[in-house]
Amino acid sequence: MAQGIWIVAEQKEGELRKISFELVSEGKRLADKMGQSVTAILLGSNIKEKAPELGKYGADKVIVADDNRLATYTTDAYVSVIAELAQKEEPAIILLGASVQGKDLSGRLAARLGVGMAQDCVEFSLDNSNLVAKRPIYAGKAYATVTFKDSSPQIATARPNVFELNEPDESRSAEVIDAAFSLDDSQLKTKVVEVIQEAGDKPDLTEAELIVSGGRGMKGPENYNIIEELADLIGATVGASRSAVDAGWRPHSDQVGQTGKVVSPNLYIACGISGAIQHLAGMSTSKYIVAINKDPEAPIFQKADYGVVGDLFDVVPALTEEIKKIL
Amino acid sequence: MNILVCLKQVPDTETQIKVAPDSKSIVTDNIKWVMNPYDEYAVEEGLRLKEKFGGEVTIIGVGPTKVTESIRTALAMGADKGILVDDPALTGSDSLGTAKILAAVIKDLDYNLILCGKQGVDDDYGVVGSNLAELLGIPQISIVLKLEVSEDGSTVKAHREVEGGTLVIEASLPALITAQKGLNEPRYASLPGIMKAKKKPLDVKTIADLGLDASEVGESGAKIKIMQITPPEERLAGKIVEGETPQEKAANLVKLLHEEAKVI
Repeated sequence: MAQGIWIVAEQKEGELRKISFELVSEGKRLADKMGQSVTAILLGSNIKEKAPELGKYGADKVIVADDNRLATYTTDAYVSVIAELAQKEEPAIILLGASVQGKDLSGRLAARLGVGMAQDCVEFSLDNSNLVAKRPIYAGKAYATVTFKDSSPQIATARPNVFELNEPDESRSAEVIDAAFSLDDSQLKTKVVEVIQEAGDKPDLTEAELIVSGGRGMKGPENYNIIEELADLIGATVGASRSAVDAGWRPHSDQVGQTGKVVSPNLYIACGISGAIQHLAGMSTSKYIVAINKDPEAPIFQKADYGVVGDLFDVVPALTEEIKKIL
Repeated sequence: MNILVCLKQVPDTETQIKVAPDSKSIVTDNIKWVMNPYDEYAVEEGLRLKEKFGGEVTIIGVGPTKVTESIRTALAMGADKGILVDDPALTGSDSLGTAKILAAVIKDLDYNLILCGKQGVDDDYGVVGSNLAELLGIPQISIVLKLEVSEDGSTVKAHREVEGGTLVIEASLPALITAQKGLNEPRYASLPGIMKAKKKPLDVKTIADLGLDASEVGESGAKIKIMQITPPEERLAGKIVEGETPQEKAANLVKLLHEEAKVI
């Protein structure tokens, strides 16, 4: 009988990513309800020293797969190792992050194990130890609650920035186990040939706590400096509406909305964004929304906690100055 | 170079989504159905590779007869032929079920590259591509912003968007790629293209034609069951920040963000 909850931790260049702790925290909450344990699966190269951190957030066990071929994520290597471990240990549930890595991994892993997978979930509950997952569809214009059939393990990915972190308990320690796995070079059909880092150390939009976004009201790419100045001051990531991206003012990776990124920061400041339905779908789960727009009739004001009717070219620089006073 | 593009038809992104009375589906009356936006990038990339390397672009769709419209659009853009799997037994398929159907179509085809959109903008799973690559036993590279196929057509190098950067990944062909916005600028179908598309071959197959059993696909084969669909929590309009001047408004906003919301 399949037993226990697994979470697949994520690391980048040997550092655990925040989603790993969110997964352990949520995994622990579910496991407590089931009266079972949480095991974190950690893949990487020389990564074992990071395992105790997962224990502090609630992992009972950490299974470490250490191999230089696992240093950077590749679909083939990661799926191969995790599928082999899962077939041997038979967990009841496997949770991954709905990050770029987790979304790539989850589908292939589920197909290899022949089980169902619920992507990008924002809420989990249990029905007799079976996972019930709530996930946005149509970029958040609706939500689907799904269950699994003939699936052991039940696999789901958790949206970053949604699940509450447990308070780390420094006295708590996890049992750390070296994984036994066979990784055959002939299975590795893809190769990472280059890693291009973006300049700056701002978190990705999908993981950002604070976002300042600019839309058509910015009037041109040269004006984004006022947004960047505000963003730099508060440590926010810069986003953009689809019209700003389609006009070529900002890169595609900055787009928030239905054909861009779906975000859930603590604070979303929308500057010169009218609030097209596709944009609203992508940011409505933000905790606080501020809208700055000249047009008092703009739909964005219907979703904003705080609306400022005014010219963003006056309001945004004034906002930056006012924030400087309190920092 | 023979290229397969998997295509889905979805509600236009302008659509207001309303939950149907059964609470398990959405109201589909008056919905404008379009080719999934990410699939447009996949079709365009396929056409560009065909222009460079020769060969054929085949569009594969699954699902009701109206999907023919989106396949015809792809044919009008320049694809050579289409295949639609249309069978009442497909209703209620989950991602893995859809991938099984696509794999059954593809196993008899000669191909070098499969292109898919990175996700459907309807149910937002984004896994049919990786499910399919696994079933076919070929490498996958997902969320691709830039694609280069080697001159001899044996390998592919893809730029893949990840958090805070880009990974450049190499794989040998055949492989499956999922397209992200930014991969290219999809062309519009020209009027002569639309006329020609009407005469291009479009095969319609049933699951029996594919040798699949009805229990493996559709609702009976689905491993994910939708129990309920709900609207999002209503977000109410908050307050308009008072002030005579931009400076006053900014000062009042900062006060609210700092003292009330406590987010800065």
